[in-house]
Amino acid sequence: MNIMKFRPLFYIISLTLLSVSIFSIIKWRFVPSIDFAGGTVWEFKAPNLKNVDPINNIFDTQKIQLSSISPEGDGKYLLKFANINQDQKVSLDNSIKTIDKDFQELRFETLGPTLGKELLQKTIFAIILSSLALLLFIGSRFKDLTFGASAVLAMLHDSIILIGAFSLLGHFLGAEVDSLFVTALLTTLSASVHDTVVTFDRIRELKRQNTKIDWVEMANQAVSEVIVRSINNSMTVIFMLLALVVLGGDTTRWFALALLIGVVCGTYSSTAVAIPLVLFWKRNKK
Amino acid sequence: MNTPSHSKTIKVFWTIIGLTFLTIIINLPNQLPINIHWGNLNISHTFYRPNLNFKLGSATINKKFDLKYGLDLAGGAALIYDVDTSKLKKEDITSALDSLKSNIERRVNLFGVSEANVQLSKQSDNYRLVIELPGVTDINQAIGLIGQTAQLSFKGIVDIPPEATASAKIEDYFKDTGLSGSNLVRAVAQISPNTSEPEVSLEFDNEGAKLFEKATKDYLKKKIAIFLDDQIVTAPEVQVVITDGRAVINGSFDLQSAKTLAVQLNAGALPLPIKLIQQTQVGATLGKESIDKGIKAGLVGLAIVSIFMIGNYGYLGLIADIGLIIYGLITLSLYRLIPVTLTFPGIVGFILSVGMAVDSNILIFERMREETRKGKSWNQAMELGFGRAWDSIKDANACTIITGLILFNPLNWPFLNTSGMVRGFAITLILGIGIGIFTGVFVTRNLLRVLAREKNTL
Repeated sequence: MNIMKFRPLFYIISLTLLSVSIFSIIKWRFVPSIDFAGGTVWEFKAPNLKNVDPINNIFDTQKIQLSSISPEGDGKYLLKFANINQDQKVSLDNSIKTIDKDFQELRFETLGPTLGKELLQKTIFAIILSSLALLLFIGSRFKDLTFGASAVLAMLHDSIILIGAFSLLGHFLGAEVDSLFVTALLTTLSASVHDTVVTFDRIRELKRQNTKIDWVEMANQAVSEVIVRSINNSMTVIFMLLALVVLGGDTTRWFALALLIGVVCGTYSSTAVAIPLVLFWKRNKK
Repeated sequence: MNTPSHSKTIKVFWTIIGLTFLTIIINLPNQLPINIHWGNLNISHTFYRPNLNFKLGSATINKKFDLKYGLDLAGGAALIYDVDTSKLKKEDITSALDSLKSNIERRVNLFGVSEANVQLSKQSDNYRLVIELPGVTDINQAIGLIGQTAQLSFKGIVDIPPEATASAKIEDYFKDTGLSGSNLVRAVAQISPNTSEPEVSLEFDNEGAKLFEKATKDYLKKKIAIFLDDQIVTAPEVQVVITDGRAVINGSFDLQSAKTLAVQLNAGALPLPIKLIQQTQVGATLGKESIDKGIKAGLVGLAIVSIFMIGNYGYLGLIADIGLIIYGLITLSLYRLIPVTLTFPGIVGFILSVGMAVDSNILIFERMREETRKGKSWNQAMELGFGRAWDSIKDANACTIITGLILFNPLNWPFLNTSGMVRGFAITLILGIGIGIFTGVFVTRNLLRVLAREKNTL
């Protein structure tokens, strides 16, 4: 199987995905959740309410700007508004109880914007630290920094596409970027490298058997030997995640989708980005 | 036919079976009622999961094997406060933070929450106080209690006439002296120069000195109780009238408890101003829904993966599925034993690691297929498959563990994440990878060695 002859195609696909992602990130940015922007999420059950007007009235009298209110069926409501203090919360509680005595709080979260900034900084630190650690680890395991660098670049490629995908999903479907997304992003890093290392391992083994073999030929052989495994393995992870996307709750649906995009990207990039990058470097050295 | 290596494999095989049964017992529900009525056969019995209760030297080990759920699943409240240390000198910060933490812990304990968690975390240049209150439904009351100013008060213990004791309330036994924490200049733990016993010395301001003089006169040879937040801390007997505004509390202290008391007294009011920056309240019903949905998704995913493995690898896939079940049992047992506090991201981490656990098997089975294609016998292909796939399994999983550790942040580095959600995910992922290697490589290999050999001899 001569997969490496498709390298130009891989380059085109990756560059297109990367440019769309970067374009969307710059143009539309993200829909930040309260984890990043600060604010309040309030979910409660008020089974006796006929419509949302009484809730709107309460917020009007309290002079709190509601940014969204969505009935979720079953007497459940999800409200989003600015960060409030304790006194405001107490009076909101009291007013809501007067319009529905069966009021039941399901979830209440309020936080200031400072935490979001920290989360962002910490995520960037985590990515840099992971990149360095993996660069050194893979570099030393394969006794060749080219492998480490290619794996890390493929991993960054996946991260940018995942971030871009969520910028697009946010713009068109309102997907929010929250701390769970950060977790998904960091998991993508490891899933991506996981696949790449398996393919590299084959090249390492082939090189041990035959030192004179041509790099492109070796890459082709390695990829065709592991591609069934890569696809099968991704399928199992995809099955698990699809179950979560379909059956899981609302809070985790986007999270599972982010992981799904990350895993698919990771499988693709180990063959289509990491290996071509190694070949690119090896050829330029000659 | 019994080669030495074969008898060894048999031993390993039975160890695996034993381990599996052990994990099944750990994972049994706490109570398992059995009711069978069939013809004239009546069995009605409730089995109880045995708890681990035994004494090891002086240590008593008591494990209940209950799964622990995080706030998002069990319901409860979480509060994050910003701690303002700007008004303190650098060298005083640590001790102020210590007394802040012990102070808050005492207040939280007053609230009667089991397994409350108070944590200090350092952000780049300021400190955060994270308080988790599982099961608390009234967050407003909790906030009020935590944010209040603690009151130090001195109350005389009054003799109640015997005929009135029946109707007397607790409050009737104490009479406020007017002396309070605002009069305290400092409390110091020290070793008494006279008795060489640890004691706590108190120093009052001018007004406090006067009040204290009067109190010691009123209650000479009686007891004055010292209250902190309406909790009695100690009730020393007044030996002499004290006029200089200095008092010593002595009694049955060791140095540690004297120090703790001094800290508590100094911290009558919170030693540092705190500001509420985040509050989270999760109702128990929402959490239960999340658990149910997560379990359902996990089971459905697992079923599809199992069918996929059998469809793709036949007999081998079946063995891999058995390995997967053992994997699930071991993982759940470890969650109970360590214990791991399960959060929703944690469940997702578990589900994801199931997918990754199968990976080792897929790698090995694909290798075996290659070797068979090259004309190796089935047994040779199996041993070679496991041997050759090991290199890539090792390196690939090491990479995942590296990222997992950066997410988990075991050394509490302030520049990395410390949030419970992300950590909950990381811990289940790391555990999952570790156990996945064990079951995917070691367990399946030995199962195959025994079962395949048995099959071949049949």
